[in-house]
Parts: sequence; structure tokens; C-alpha cells
Amino acid sequence: MAGGSAFTPGRLKSFALVLPLALVLIVFVVAPLAVVLAVSVFRYDNFEVIPAFTFENYASVLTSHLTLSLYLTMLKLAAMTWVCTLLIGYSVAAFLVFHVRNRLVAIGLFLLCTVPFWTSNVIRMISWLPLLGKQGVINQALMGTGIIHEPLQFLLFSDFSVVISYVHLFTIFMIVPIFNAMSRIDRSLFEAALDAGAARWQTVLWVVLPLTKSGIVLGSIFVVTLVMGDFYVVKVMSGGRDASVVSAMYDDISTLLFPHAAASAAVLMIILTVMVAAILRFVDVRKELVSGR
Amino acid sequence: MTDDQTPKPAASPTRRALLKGAAAAVGAAAGSGAITGFPTIWAQEIKDITLRHIGVSYSVVQAIGDQAAKDLGFKVVMQNLDTSTAITRFITQPTSVDIPDLEGWQTKVAVARGILQGIDVKKITQFDNILPIFTKGDYEGKKVSRQGISPYEAMYIDSKDSTKIVEGVHDWMTFLPQVYNADSIGYRPDLVGEPITQWKELLDPKFKGKSAILDVPNIGIMDAALALESRGDIVYKNKGNMTRAEIDVTINALIAAKKAGQFRATWTTFEQSVELMAAGEVTVQSMWSPAVTAVLAKGIPCTYAPVNIRPDGKEGYRGWCNGMGLMRHLTGKKLEAAYEYLNWYYGGWQGAFVARHGYYSPVPSTAEKFMSPNEYAYWYAGKPATDVIKDPYGAPIAKAGSLRDGGSLIERFTNISCWNTVMDENQYMIQRWNEFKSA
Repeated sequence: MAGGSAFTPGRLKSFALVLPLALVLIVFVVAPLAVVLAVSVFRYDNFEVIPAFTFENYASVLTSHLTLSLYLTMLKLAAMTWVCTLLIGYSVAAFLVFHVRNRLVAIGLFLLCTVPFWTSNVIRMISWLPLLGKQGVINQALMGTGIIHEPLQFLLFSDFSVVISYVHLFTIFMIVPIFNAMSRIDRSLFEAALDAGAARWQTVLWVVLPLTKSGIVLGSIFVVTLVMGDFYVVKVMSGGRDASVVSAMYDDISTLLFPHAAASAAVLMIILTVMVAAILRFVDVRKELVSGR
Repeated sequence: MTDDQTPKPAASPTRRALLKGAAAAVGAAAGSGAITGFPTIWAQEIKDITLRHIGVSYSVVQAIGDQAAKDLGFKVVMQNLDTSTAITRFITQPTSVDIPDLEGWQTKVAVARGILQGIDVKKITQFDNILPIFTKGDYEGKKVSRQGISPYEAMYIDSKDSTKIVEGVHDWMTFLPQVYNADSIGYRPDLVGEPITQWKELLDPKFKGKSAILDVPNIGIMDAALALESRGDIVYKNKGNMTRAEIDVTINALIAAKKAGQFRATWTTFEQSVELMAAGEVTVQSMWSPAVTAVLAKGIPCTYAPVNIRPDGKEGYRGWCNGMGLMRHLTGKKLEAAYEYLNWYYGGWQGAFVARHGYYSPVPSTAEKFMSPNEYAYWYAGKPATDVIKDPYGAPIAKAGSLRDGGSLIERFTNISCWNTVMDENQYMIQRWNEFKSA
């Protein structure tokens, strides 16, 4: 962009273009966040929030081994979900992009992936309950065929059922960016790889994978932050056996311990920001996306 | 709404006198639909009034509000929020609410914050017929338990605008009790095979992987405490206000039970508890009376365990009570309407309605008039049904000859061990409760 005075028409125009989004962000992100941060350093006493500066809330959050165990639980769930969604998402995207010859069919199938999103998240999650329960479809089928004699308890109200729901809910967030990245790969690169004597797996490893890094990274950010910030799926699918970082905040709020909950929220935000920053260090998503190919 | 600020011309003195008479008469007249004797002026002005009644779904019920509006001639808007959202709303936007729905602990918070005005007991026509559980803290000659926050404990202030709850009977009430019950354990008699009358069954290894506990920390911990007392682990000084050491004993026992695989799940909503029971995921769990009714209505056997207090002090129910307050901003005509609304609740229609859910009205004598003798005998008096008992939606839930689990109102409420509460060590308790959850 041309430099010069701050009031050139070009500058004004870009300023005007940025303004609406900036306003939305200020009103709906920056301002509420500022309130949360302010409350997080307030004192409170028997349900009364007192606007007096203190770091006690942070001290309480950061020194509690509950915080550690909550984060470990959620990181474990996030890691399991990430592996599953990545494998499934990558395979589905690869199939759509490389194996479906007809581009129209590919886009059609891609849209088909989004069909489940026409119903609510909650319904898609809850529909697992009658399938996985003690007297659910799977257990009854297995017992009916005589494969097992006692219902499998691990199917429901366990890490297993939580991760299944996450994978079901979030795989699409992996498919979309990877699909996008794969679509932009120049097919002549495959011919070049073939000419250079690369085997199929070598092409995947050395050509496709590096070129889809940005898609993987974007998808991973979506999946990891969604899982870390979740509380409803854990609550329902673990049958309330697991607590999550956010459910602990909810319990605080339920008896008006707002400052403590605000401090937990600030800590979660910082940790997620660090995680995302760490992921982004591996790949410069911006460069990958904008670089002219 | 602006009508309460609108200055009224000369007609006022007479109207005010009329209002007083009307307010007194309404208790008797309400529900019968006989609200026709009002002068035209009153009927004209009153129809512009809207009362906003806000609170939890089991207490602030649309069908009840609709009936009240029909009987009283003004508008009633019911809005449901969960307990914490509701109290936050009352505190942060007090003028957006007219009638707040309050539990004991919310009442304590609301009074201290000065958002309520006292309810003048002289204007409550049925005041003398309110069960003494609420107004005097005793029942059938017995003192009602003071563990947790009993309704009586949060009941009175000594002047209209006081912000301090006081002991003893006074002329100003903080909230008007409206609906209440005694919570206990529910179980599947077909899968358990024996009657359950003790809280310790929740922790009994014979129900390993088949038991569930309520996951609302401040009341779940009391269910756990009742179970531990029942098992003989500990005797609490006050289950409703534990010391840190008592909290530690309770949570550590829960963690041990969880690690041994005792709990199939924990539940937070009414519907979850019904599903867990109906699907056979659990066979015994903390449960609310109407949830048992809901399981029965699906045609699945379910029993609400009678947990009468034993001679050694173990067992007993966990009681709760929701009532209505008057927000401080209510004045003039709108305040008069609010008093009418409060009095309407004691008219009997509401008492009969909530009874069919398994709840009770603080004034059973008027509720009786709106129920068939069979219904009243079954729900309130604990007598065998002489005919089929139906839930509010018409589904049969008990055959002729069957008895209500837990017996009569008197039997249940002379066996309350503790009341829903928020403890002084609340924050510590919630943190430890989450340790149990994440263990």
C-alpha cells in the first residue's frame, strides 16, 4: 500500500472498510473481555463482589491441583480427539480431492459431509445415548448374538463416549481446511514426483503432506480450542463423571463466585492463546494461505 | 411498564380504599373465577398492569401464571432462568423483575443486597393458615431441622426496608413460600428387589456401577452427607454448613467410592435423572419426587424411598422451598396487584396444581378445595387411592389402592434432616466437589 499522509483517500477507504468489523470486535469481544479481566481481580465475600484489587483469585486458580487435573483431563480428551479427527478428516479430504475424478461430484460429496450440521449439536450428541447405553442398540446386538453376556459399560459415560461425540461433532472442522489446502495443490507436482521416481507413499509424505500443513494446522486449532472450551459434551457424554475446565467455572458461577470464575476464564484464555501460538510457530498459516501459487 | 408512575387524578382516595377491600377479598374469591365485583375503574386500570415473575422452571410455571392472569384480570409474564442466572438478574437488573422466585439462600443474598421490600403479613389473607413449618419453624409439635437454610430461618425482617434477616416471628416477611418438597432417593424396585429406606444404599457396593448422585454441588454434597451419616462414617454438626474438615471427609469418601466404580453417572437436570432411571443405567440414585412420577408415567416401576429419621438421628429428607418476593421498586397500583398475585397463590388452584406433580402448597386447606377427595387423600394425607391417580397431563401413575411413597405431608415434613443451602465454605466445597468430579 502506498504510504504518505494519513488522510489520503486510499487510507480513508481502508479505514472505512476495517471500521465495521473493528466495531463489532470492540463491542462484542474486547469490551466483555475487559469486564471479565476486571472482575477477575475483584475481591468477593459471601456473594458480594467487592471492586478492590487482588490477585487472590489467580493465586487460588494457579495453586490448586484441581486446575492441573482439569487441564490434564481436557488435554487428554483433546489429544485423543485430535488424532481421530485428523486421521478421519485427512482421509475424507484426500478421497474427495484426489479420488473423486468429477469435480462436481466431489463438491456434492463435500456438501454431503455438512448435512449433519443441519441438526443441532445437542441432538447429534444425545442420539448416541440410546446407541451406547447398557440397554442400547450395540449392547443388545452383541448380547443377542451371544458375543458378550454382560453389557459393555465402557461404551457410555466414559472417555470413549466423550471422544466419539467430539469426533462426530468436530471432524468437519478438520475436513474443511484440509480439503481446501488439498484442492489448491498443483496436480503436475504428482507427475513430477512420479517422474522423479517417488513411490506413492513418498509422494504423500514429501509432497502432499507439506503442502497441506496449513490445512492441518487450521483444523487442529479449531478442534483443540473447541474441545478445551467445551463443557456440555463432557457433562452429558461422561454422565457427569468428568469435570471440565469450563464446568468448574460453571459451578463457581452457580453460587455467584464470579471473580474466581473470571480468573479461571482468563487463565484458560491465556493457555489456549499460548497453545495456538505454539501451533502457529510450526506453520506460518498466513504465508501459506496468501502466497501466490 | 410506566403505569405505576402515572399520576392519577382525584379518583385516587376512593380507589385506594376499594383496593384494600379487594385485596382482602381476593384470597377467598380467587380461583373460583368470581372476580366480577370490581368497579369499572379498577377493572380498566388493572388490565394494563403486567407482573413479571422470574425464576426456576419447577416453581415459575406458565400454566399457573396463565390461570392467575385469568382470575385476576391483569397480565402475568412468567420467565424461567436457572437458579444462578435468576439471582444474578435480580441483583444486577432489579427493575426488570417484579416477583422474584427465591430459595432460602437466594433470599439471604437478595435481602442483604436491599433489592426486596418486606411483605406485610397483614396483607396476606391466608397468613394464619400457612403451615407453621414456614412461619414458626415447628410442625406437629416438633422443631423443624435448622441444618442448611430452613425457610423459617430466612423468613422475617423487622421493618419493610430492612436488609437484615432476624430470628423470631415479625410483621414483615422476606419471601412468601409457594412450593416445596422433601427430596430423597429413587430406585427401581424391579431391579433392586428389596425396599430401600436408607441413604447409605447409594454407596453400597452391591449397587456398584448402578448408582448415581446429584451433581449440583451445594445440594449433592448434602445427599452425600446423608449417605455418610447413614453409613456411620461421621456425624455432622450441621450438614448444611460444613467445616472444611467435614467437607474433606465427605469428598474423600466420594472420591474413594468413585474410584471403586460405585457411580454410573451423576446428573444435573430433572430429565437426566429420569433418563438414567428409565433406561436402567442406574438402579438407585438421589432423585426428586416428580422425576419418580415421570418414570412411573412411562410405565416403568420406580419407587421414592421413604427415609424417615431414625431414633439414632440418621436418615431424613433434604427439604427445599421456593417462594415469591416483592422487588423494592414495586409501588402503588402495581404493588397492590403484586399482593393480589401473592394471595392468589394461596387461593388453592396452585396448591392443587403442584400437588399433582408431587409438590405441596404451604396452605393445604385451600388446595383441598380444588382437588377431588381421592386426590387430596392420596397426595396430602398419605391415604390409599380410591381411584386411579393421574399426573397433571392425565397419564395414570397410581392404581386404586396404592399409597404415596413416603406417606403423608406430615410424615415427610416431620422427617426433614436438612434444607437446601449454600454453605459459608462454599468456594472450598465447590473446588473439592470438582476434585471428586475429575477424580
